[in-house]
Amino acid sequence: MNRPQRGPRLPRLTLRGRRTLWAYAFLAIPLLFFIAIRIWPMVQAFQLSVTRWHVDPAQRTFVGLLHFRQMWGDARFLQALRNTALYAAIGVPAQVFLGLGIALLLNNIRRLRGLFRAIYFAPYVTPAVAVAWAWSFMLSPHFGVINSILGVFGIPPQPFLTSPVQALPTVAAVVVWQFVGFHVLIFLVALNSIPREIYEAARIDGASGWPLFRRVTLPLLNPSLVLAVVMATASPSIGILQLFTQVLNLRMYDPGGPLGSTNTVVLYMYQMAFRRYDFGYAAAIIVVLFAIILAVSLVQLRLLRRRFEY
Amino acid sequence: MKMKAWFGLLALALGLAVSATAETVTITYWQYEFASKVQMIDRLIAQFEAENPGIKVRHETFPYAVFSEKVATSVPAGVGPHIVNLYYGWLPAWQGAGYLQPLPQDVFPTDVIEVEFAPLVGAAKIGDQYWGLPTAVRTLALFYNVDLFEAHGITAPPETWDDLIATAQALTDYRGGRLLRAGFGMAPDGQDHHLVREILIRQFGGVPYSDDNRTVTYNTPEGAAALKFYTDLHLVHRIGEPDFPFPGVAGYYRDGFMAGLIGMIVDGSFAIGAITRGAPHRWAVAELPRLTPDGERHNFASFWMHGLTPLAAGPELDASVRFLQFITSEQAMEQWVAWVGELPARLSLVDNPELLADPLLGPFVAALPYSHATFFVDEAAQRTVMIDAVLRVIRGGTSPDASLLQAAAEEQAVLDRFWQAR
Repeated sequence: MNRPQRGPRLPRLTLRGRRTLWAYAFLAIPLLFFIAIRIWPMVQAFQLSVTRWHVDPAQRTFVGLLHFRQMWGDARFLQALRNTALYAAIGVPAQVFLGLGIALLLNNIRRLRGLFRAIYFAPYVTPAVAVAWAWSFMLSPHFGVINSILGVFGIPPQPFLTSPVQALPTVAAVVVWQFVGFHVLIFLVALNSIPREIYEAARIDGASGWPLFRRVTLPLLNPSLVLAVVMATASPSIGILQLFTQVLNLRMYDPGGPLGSTNTVVLYMYQMAFRRYDFGYAAAIIVVLFAIILAVSLVQLRLLRRRFEY
Repeated sequence: MKMKAWFGLLALALGLAVSATAETVTITYWQYEFASKVQMIDRLIAQFEAENPGIKVRHETFPYAVFSEKVATSVPAGVGPHIVNLYYGWLPAWQGAGYLQPLPQDVFPTDVIEVEFAPLVGAAKIGDQYWGLPTAVRTLALFYNVDLFEAHGITAPPETWDDLIATAQALTDYRGGRLLRAGFGMAPDGQDHHLVREILIRQFGGVPYSDDNRTVTYNTPEGAAALKFYTDLHLVHRIGEPDFPFPGVAGYYRDGFMAGLIGMIVDGSFAIGAITRGAPHRWAVAELPRLTPDGERHNFASFWMHGLTPLAAGPELDASVRFLQFITSEQAMEQWVAWVGELPARLSLVDNPELLADPLLGPFVAALPYSHATFFVDEAAQRTVMIDAVLRVIRGGTSPDASLLQAAAEEQAVLDRFWQAR
């Protein structure tokens, strides 16, 4: 094709090229925002972790790895770290399996499905403080309704939140109860998006029940499963590794107690930062947690993600 | 044309603003939200501004739960308060991280402070300097439910700890392993960690810390006897239990007292307002019991102090110092005690027969001469140490001796970390 001749000119972009450029231009705005409010503070946290904090920047001193060494001799930090691992070991599988199980049950019913979905989702959107207070009343060894019910079956009153042994599993149960609705919703959406034809084809081939679930449903749910597991472990909102609000509110006057048995890494970091004003040490704790979350998430992605084709 | 007019107006407004700031200095005062204290400071500001036309005071408050976070982030960002209200136990942490500046010696000479203010205000001193001053101080006393006492034929508050146990046993309702009413409200995470540390340990003949506040000295048979006494209230006498009636809820023991589920609690003068508003039953206040009718009395005192942040400099510093002088004056304290119910921090106002005779404030005032303000180097950590010392015995089955041994080691490490960093 002949084009009209012009003088020297800039390389012309194709329509596609121009579109891409525009797309990047628009994407740059959230990216800048993200860098400013996420990446930059993270860099600062790393810097802070090797600094002895002072209001006056001129008086901040470089302390190297002092805070990291201090951590390994800090019995309360190590206890919080163990607790956090225990919370994750209980909370993540419980959330994901219960979420999947409830979603499968809801997927099989037609009547009142919306009502049940709302019931399971309601705790997720209830403020953590209200949740904590309601459970604190219900779990009271003296007046709580749960111990009254146990009493009917001849079971003696349980201390629950007041016992250093029972407190952590009790808090974990409250957290699972609060977050499971989120996973129910994710799995319901995923189940609904599986094309009906696939099931029909599988049934014609003679699959049903457990084999149908294992060979068809589960592989097709894999992306949602991976999302659910990673979110339940690591996300700032429902990630067990970042557990904070629920623990704090379930024991206002002795956060992380009794005897530190419910303390978490983030709650401990918060105490160091905003009670002791030791921001350098708090930042070092957050850097360690960041490394743990990164490692766990990568391992989870590697182990869980399956490639599949329809 | 229109644009030009707008710019003109803007320039005019800016010019006015600049000339206005040249004449008046605006300073900012921060405290946490506590209705009676907020109203009181508002009134004091109005009086102060009337006396000092060149100074405007901006009063900003935040919920207690986020107060220290707000200060933590705002002061380094340069947008925080010039004067800030803080719990005295936070002083070492705040001072160490540079959130406060010392009071100027020319206006607040150390020797004058030490003559005019109650001795416990010495907890606001680090090195040779004062880092703030309180308007008011608080002590502890025994709150008791008068209706409940009368219903059980009890006519007077307990004088000794044995009396308290006997009284509490009469009030306690314990059925099927569940406590339906506690004679005494135990709250190691409320005020009772102070009760053990500064009151029981001393009454049993121990001393909690060395005079220079560098060494934990309660790990003795006397200290262990005090811890055993406190934990036996639950383990042996069954007159109460920590976390009763509702675990985890802030102020659970006070709520239980107001609800009539608890017969007696140890609480501070700062609780008078809440209990006045919240308790439907009649109640009264008595001085804390002692071991024997003529035994030693001890009490724990604490205070919220007003400190100057590094943001106060130049004219703002001068204005802040004047405001600080005003809110720690006798004139301010007299209003404070009447409105907030906290005790004056100046000795000249403490020996006041009117205050001593007050049925509610009297027991708190009477306690001032024998009160101790723990020198906390890390209030949160030291508080946890003592809460855990109690709970290890009650919840974990550890012996009081072993629990106190561990507490002393933990708390000594907290003290050492503080003093080594100085």
